[in-house]
Amino acid sequence: MTSFLHLFILLPLAGFILSVLAPKKEALLSQIAFGTVGLHLLSTIIFLGYWLLHGYPTLDLKDIVLFRTIDYEFFIDFSFDMITATYLFVGAFLTFLVTIYSRYYLHRESGYKRFFNTILFFYLGYNIIIFAGNLETLFIGWEMLGISSFLLIAFYRDRYLPVKNAVKVFSIYRIGDVGLILTMWMSHHLFHENITFLKLNNYELVHEHLLTHSWIGVFISLMILITAAAKSAQLPFSSWLPRAMEGPTPSTAIFYGSLAVHLGVFLLLRTFPFWEQQFSVRILIGALGLATTLITTGIARVQSSIKSQIAYASIAQIGLIFVEVAAGFQTLALIHFAGNAFLRTYQLLVSPSVVSYLIREQFYNFSPRERSIESSFPKKIQNGLYILCVKEWNLDSSMYRYLWNPLKWVGNKLDFLTLNRVVIFFIPAYLLGIFILYNEEMISPGVERYLPFVFSFIGLVMVLKSFTERKLARMSWTLVMMNHFWIALAISFNEHFTYEHTMLYLSGVVVAGILGFLCLRRLKSFENNIDLDQFHGHSHEHPKIALVFLLSCLGLAGFPITPTFIGEDLIFSHIHENQPILAFFISLSFILDGLAIIRIYARVFLGPHVKSIYDMAYRSS
Amino acid sequence: MKSPVPSFDEQHVLHELKHYLPEQAALKDFIHQNTLHAFQNLKFHEAVRTASQMFGYKVSLSLDEFRALYKSQKIRADILEKIISDKKGTERVSEWKEKILSKKYDTAAFSRIGSLRANWKREYHIDLDSMVHPILFRILCSYLDQGISIWTFPVKEKSLLSAIREMERNTFASIFRKQRARDLLLKSSCEINDLLKILVGDESLYKQYLFDQQFAHQGWSGIASAIEALPDMLLDRRKITVHDLIVFELLLEIDSLDYQFVKGWEPLGNKLKSKPEDLFAEVPETELSEVFSIWQEAYDWSYYDEVLAGISLGGTEKAEVPAKTFQAMFCIDDRECSFRRYLEKTDPSCETFGTPGFFSVEFFFQPEDGKFYTKLCPAPVTPKYLIKEMESTSKREKDLYFSKHSHSFYSGWLISQTLGFWSAVKLFVNIFRPSMSPATASSFRHMDKYSKLTIENKSLADRENDLQVGFTVEEMANRAESLLRSIGLVKDFAPIVYLVGHGSSSVNNPHYAAYDCGACSGRAGSVNSRTMCFMANHPAVREILKSRGIIIPSTTQFVGALHDTSRDEVMFFDENSLSPQNLQNHNKNEVVFYNALDLNSKERARRFELIDSHLNPEKTHEKVKMRSVSLFEPRPELNHATNALCIVGRRGLTKHLFLDRRAFLNSYDYSIDPEGNLLFGIMKPLGPVCGGINLEYFFSRVDNYKLGAGTKLPHNVMGLIGVANGIDGDLRPGLPSQMIEVHDPVRLLIIVEHFPEVVLRTIQKQAETYEWFINEWVNLVAMNPETRDFFHFKDGGFTPYIPLKQHIEIITDLTPILEAEEDNIPVLLLP
Repeated sequence: MTSFLHLFILLPLAGFILSVLAPKKEALLSQIAFGTVGLHLLSTIIFLGYWLLHGYPTLDLKDIVLFRTIDYEFFIDFSFDMITATYLFVGAFLTFLVTIYSRYYLHRESGYKRFFNTILFFYLGYNIIIFAGNLETLFIGWEMLGISSFLLIAFYRDRYLPVKNAVKVFSIYRIGDVGLILTMWMSHHLFHENITFLKLNNYELVHEHLLTHSWIGVFISLMILITAAAKSAQLPFSSWLPRAMEGPTPSTAIFYGSLAVHLGVFLLLRTFPFWEQQFSVRILIGALGLATTLITTGIARVQSSIKSQIAYASIAQIGLIFVEVAAGFQTLALIHFAGNAFLRTYQLLVSPSVVSYLIREQFYNFSPRERSIESSFPKKIQNGLYILCVKEWNLDSSMYRYLWNPLKWVGNKLDFLTLNRVVIFFIPAYLLGIFILYNEEMISPGVERYLPFVFSFIGLVMVLKSFTERKLARMSWTLVMMNHFWIALAISFNEHFTYEHTMLYLSGVVVAGILGFLCLRRLKSFENNIDLDQFHGHSHEHPKIALVFLLSCLGLAGFPITPTFIGEDLIFSHIHENQPILAFFISLSFILDGLAIIRIYARVFLGPHVKSIYDMAYRSS
Repeated sequence: MKSPVPSFDEQHVLHELKHYLPEQAALKDFIHQNTLHAFQNLKFHEAVRTASQMFGYKVSLSLDEFRALYKSQKIRADILEKIISDKKGTERVSEWKEKILSKKYDTAAFSRIGSLRANWKREYHIDLDSMVHPILFRILCSYLDQGISIWTFPVKEKSLLSAIREMERNTFASIFRKQRARDLLLKSSCEINDLLKILVGDESLYKQYLFDQQFAHQGWSGIASAIEALPDMLLDRRKITVHDLIVFELLLEIDSLDYQFVKGWEPLGNKLKSKPEDLFAEVPETELSEVFSIWQEAYDWSYYDEVLAGISLGGTEKAEVPAKTFQAMFCIDDRECSFRRYLEKTDPSCETFGTPGFFSVEFFFQPEDGKFYTKLCPAPVTPKYLIKEMESTSKREKDLYFSKHSHSFYSGWLISQTLGFWSAVKLFVNIFRPSMSPATASSFRHMDKYSKLTIENKSLADRENDLQVGFTVEEMANRAESLLRSIGLVKDFAPIVYLVGHGSSSVNNPHYAAYDCGACSGRAGSVNSRTMCFMANHPAVREILKSRGIIIPSTTQFVGALHDTSRDEVMFFDENSLSPQNLQNHNKNEVVFYNALDLNSKERARRFELIDSHLNPEKTHEKVKMRSVSLFEPRPELNHATNALCIVGRRGLTKHLFLDRRAFLNSYDYSIDPEGNLLFGIMKPLGPVCGGINLEYFFSRVDNYKLGAGTKLPHNVMGLIGVANGIDGDLRPGLPSQMIEVHDPVRLLIIVEHFPEVVLRTIQKQAETYEWFINEWVNLVAMNPETRDFFHFKDGGFTPYIPLKQHIEIITDLTPILEAEEDNIPVLLLP
C-alpha cells in the first residue's frame, strides 16, 4: 500500500510537466489539467476506500536520501494518516471541480496556459505538503506553494495592484518559510537527525529529548506557530488574505478560500504530538486562534466588498480551528476544515451573483431601521470599533510600520554603498576572510569566535542594501549573491566541515546568480533603463528572458531546484543551538534575500509596461 | 486695484468635474450610454482626439489592427480610396495611402491628466495615492454599501462629510493618523479653497489639482457624481456629493503628508519646477490623428456600403401577405433581429414589427411585496403612473449561501460544519448539471405570470406617493394609438397580435441589468407587454381608436409575451383570455415560436466556441439554455456585441437581408406620416439609446483597460453598486472584456426610410437630438422611399450616396455558413 503514495506526487508532477511543454492550445491544456486532477481524484477515492477497508493504518515511506554525511541526512519521506486522508480528499475534490470550472471560465483569457501551469504546480506543492513525512519534504512543498501563490496573485501582471499585492503576500509567506527553516534547524539539534513525523508520535522519544532542552522545545513550537499563523492568515498577518484575491475568481476560491489557507492548520495537526505536552504552547495557540477569531469577525462584519467579507469570515473560522487543534479535538478540527473549505470555495465561486440576489432581497425586505447588534453599544465604542474594523485594526499598515519600514530605513542609511565601493571594499575584504580561513593559526581563537558574527553581519548589510536599492537592478542582484558568499564564509568559521558543504550551498547560488545576471544584462542592452524605482513590465516584450530570470530567482532564493536548497538546511545545521544571534542574522538574510529577489523580478518584469504604446490600465484599477 | 489673478471658482469647477466623470449608474440600473458623453459637443474625431490627449484614453483600434483589417479586406480598398479622396482630394490619394498603410508612427500615448499631482512623487518622494486610496475607497464603499456588510455604516442618514464628522466627534479611534486633519474636519468649515491652500498653495493650480485627484479614481468619483445627480438610484439612499468626496480626500492627503513628514512640508505649488500643460488646452490635429480618422471612416463605410448595397439590390417587389396568421411586435433590440427572421421563415404568412420594448407605456411597477418601485420605461422619462402586481403566487427562493450568518463566528462555526458539506454537493451538481437557482438573475421572475396588474385606473383619486394607480381609458387609448401609428400598423390586423418584450437570464453576472431591455431601464419587458395588450384589448379603448380611424376587428386579440434572449425561451401571458378560435390559432403559433427559437439559438451558438455548431437546433438550444445558468460561463450571451445598424422603415426594406444580428430595427411607415410628425418621436431616442449602446461597446472595445471594465474574471463586487479588481481597486465602469471582445468598433449607421428633407427637418427639431447627427456620433442615411436613392447626412446637409458594391451574394441555405463561420458574416441576400 505504501508504495502507492508515490502516485499522488508523480501524477500532478507529470501533469505539470506536460502542461509546461504543451503548446498554447486551450483544448489541449484543459484536457491535460482535467486528466491530471481527474485521475488524481479517482486514485484518491480508490485508495481511500482500500485504505479504510484495511483499518486505516498510518503509512510511512522513506524515500530518496538526497544528501548524507556522518551526522546529517537529508531525505524525502512520505506518510499517510487520517490527516493526510482528509486533506487529500478535500484537495482532490475541490481542485477537480475548480479545474473544470476554470476550463470554461478562463476561455479566451490571455494567460490560459500560465493559469493551468500554476494551478498544477500549486497542486503538486499541496500534495507534497500533505504527504510529507518529515519537515524537509514539507518544506519543499511549502516553497512551491509560496511561489505559485505569488504567480497567481500577479496573474494580471500588467496591472499595478496585483503585482504590488503579490509582493506583499510573498513577503509574509517568506516569514513563514524562515520560521520553518528555524524549526528544522532546532529540531535537528534537538533530535540529532531529520526526524520524521512518525517518530514525533513516539511520546517517550519526544519527551526524553524535551526534558533536557525544554526551551528548545518552546522555540520550535513558536517557530511552528509563526509559520502556521503566516500561512493561515492568523494575527498579526491576517491582512494578506483579502489582498491576495487579485487573480481570477476560481483560483482565489481554491487558494485563499480553501486549500492554501488551511495549510497552517495542517502544520499544527502534523506537529501536534510534538507540542502536545507543552501546556503553555497550547494555551498560546488557542489564545492566538481565539484572538484572531474575535478580531477578524469584527472586520468581516464591516466589509462592504464580497470577497474581503468571505476572506475575513474564513480567517475567523480558521482561528476557531486553531483553538480546536490546541484543545486536542483533532477530528473536529478536520471536519471543520473540510466544511469551511467547501463553504468558502462555493461562496467565492458564486460571489458575482451576490448583486442580483441581494438587490432582490433588498427590494422585497428592506427596512431602513434595521440595525445590527453593534448599534446597542455606546456611541463612542461603536464608532471607534467600527473605524478600527474598517481600518483592519491597522494590521496592514503595521506590517509596514514595524517590519519593513525599519529595514528600509536601515537600508537607506547604506546609501553610501555604491557599486564601486562595494567592489573596492568588499571583494578584498572577502579575500582576506578566505585567507584567514586557510591560515587560522594567525589569529587568536578569541577573535575567531566573533568572526562568524562579523561576516554574517556583513552579509546582512549586503542584502539590506540590495533590498532597498532604488536604482541598479544588477547591483541589487549581485549583492544578494554576495550575501550568500558571506554567509558561507561566516559558517566556515563557525564549524569545521568539509569543503563540499560550502560547494553544495554555493553551487546553485553561483549558477543561478550568473544566469540571472546575464538575463539582466541582456535586457539592459535592449531596454536601457531597468532601474528599480518603477515597474517596467518587460515580461510583455521579453517573455523568454522573464522565464529564465524567474528560474534564476528561484535558484538564488534557495528554491528546491538547485542543491542550494539542501545547502541552506545544511548551513543551518552548522549553527549551534546557543548561537541565536548568528541564526537571527542568517535567517533575516534569507528572508530579505527572497524579498530582494522577488522585488527585482516584479519591478523589472511585471507591472504596467513602461512604454505607453500598449493598452494600460489606470494604476488604481 | 486687484491684479487679474486666475481665481478658483469652486462651483464652476465642481460642475465641470461632474461633467467629465463617468456617468454610469449603480449595477442594478446599468444603462448603456456614450462613454465620452462629456465631449459630445465636439465633432466625433475632434472629440476623441481631445479625450485621448486629456485623459490618456485609447480611442480607436491600433494602427496595426486597422492595417490587419485592410489586409483581410474587412476594410475595403475602394472605400479607403474614396474616403481619402473625399477628404484630401483625388490627387493626394496615393500619398496618403502610403502614410496610412505603411508609414511608421510613434503611437506612444500621452495624457495630461495626473501631471500636476505626479510631482508629489517626483519632488516629495511620497506615493500619496497608495496611502490615501485604500482608506478612502473603503470608507466610501462602506458608506454607500447597499447590503453586503453586516455591520453597516454607523451614521447613514447624513451626508458623507457630516457622517464622518459625527463619528470622529465621538470615538476612541480615528480615521486620521495625525491631529491636524482631524481638527480641520471637526473645527473648521472645511472649505475646499482653504484645504487646497494648505496642499497646493498656488490658486492657479487648484482646478487642475482637483481634476488630477478625482481622475486618479474616476470609478469612485463617477459613482459619487451619478448618485448625487440621481439619489433614488440607490434603494437605501445616501446623501453623497462630489464636494464631500473631495473634501474628505483632501483631508486624507493632508493627514498622510503630516504623517510622512513629521517636520512639516510645503505646499505643492512651492516646489513645482514648471507648470504642467493646461488640461483643457486645445488639442491640435496631427497627421497621425488624421490617419486614424481616415481609418475609422473607412472601417465604418466598408460595412455601411455593403448594407446599403444589400438594401438597394433586393426587396423591390411588394411583399404583401394576404391573410396573416399573426403579427408580432418586438423590441428594436439587435438581438431580436434574427428571431424575427426565423419566425418569418417558419411561418411565411406572419408579420413582425420592431418598436422600443416599453411599448409606449411608461409607469412605475411595484411587484407584490416589493418595498420599492421599479421604473419601466426609457431612463430619461419620469412616469406619473403606478402599476401594482397582485395575487402573485410565486415564492422567492432563498439561498442560504448568501446568508450573512456564515460570516459570524458562532453561526459560522455551525454552518461551515453543516451547510459547508452541502455546498460541496451543490458545487458538484452546479458544475455538471447547471440549472436555475435563487442565485440566477431570471427574466421570467420579473413578474409572476399569473398575477393581476392594476392597469386600469379606478378613480383619479386612486394615487400612491404622487403617482396615479393605473391609466384612464383615454390615457390608454392615447398610448395604444401612438404605438400602432408609430410602427404603421393601422389596418389589416391579424387574429392575434403578439407583443414580445425581452429580458435575459444569467448567473454570476453583476452586469445583469445591461442584458435586459434598455427601453425598460434595464429590466425585462414583460409588464410592459402585458400592460399594452390589456390596453389594446380594452373595448372602450377600441371604441376611441375606432373614432380616430384605427379599426381593430373584434376578433383580433393582443397577447403579451416575454422573450428570454440568453435562453431563447418565450413565455406568453393571459392566454386564458383568448377566444376559443384564437386559442386554437395561438396553439399553432406557439409551435412556430418554439421552432424559431431553436433555430435562433443555433444561429447564436455559432459564436460560442464551446458549443458544437453542427448539432441540430433542438440540441443546440438545450446547450444554450444550460449555458445561461452555468456558474462558470462568463458569456451567458453576447448581448449587443457587433451592433452597427439602426434601420427605421418598413420591414420590406430588410426582410430579404441577412444582417447577422447587427441591426436595431424600428418599424415605421412613411406613407402614414408624410410630414414626419411621428418620426421625431422615433428618432429622438435613437441617439441616446442605440447610439449610447453602440458607443459604449465601441469605447469599451478600443480601450478595455481604461474605458471598459477589463476582464471580469477577477472582479469583486463592491457594496452591490459596482465592481472592482481585488479589494483595494477603483470601481470599473464600462463593459468587461467578455462582453465586447467580438465587437467591431464601427459607429452606428441609422437608415431612415423617408424623404431627406423630412428627415432633416425632424432631426433639427431639437438641439440635443441634432447634436448626435451633426457631430457624427452616429451616421445617418436617408432613403427616398419612392426612388430608393440614398442620401448621406454630413455637415448639415444630405448628399446622394451610391453604393460602391455592385454585387451581394444570394444564399439559399444559411446553415453551412452558420456552422462554419465564427466571425461576422457579411451582408447576404436571402431568397
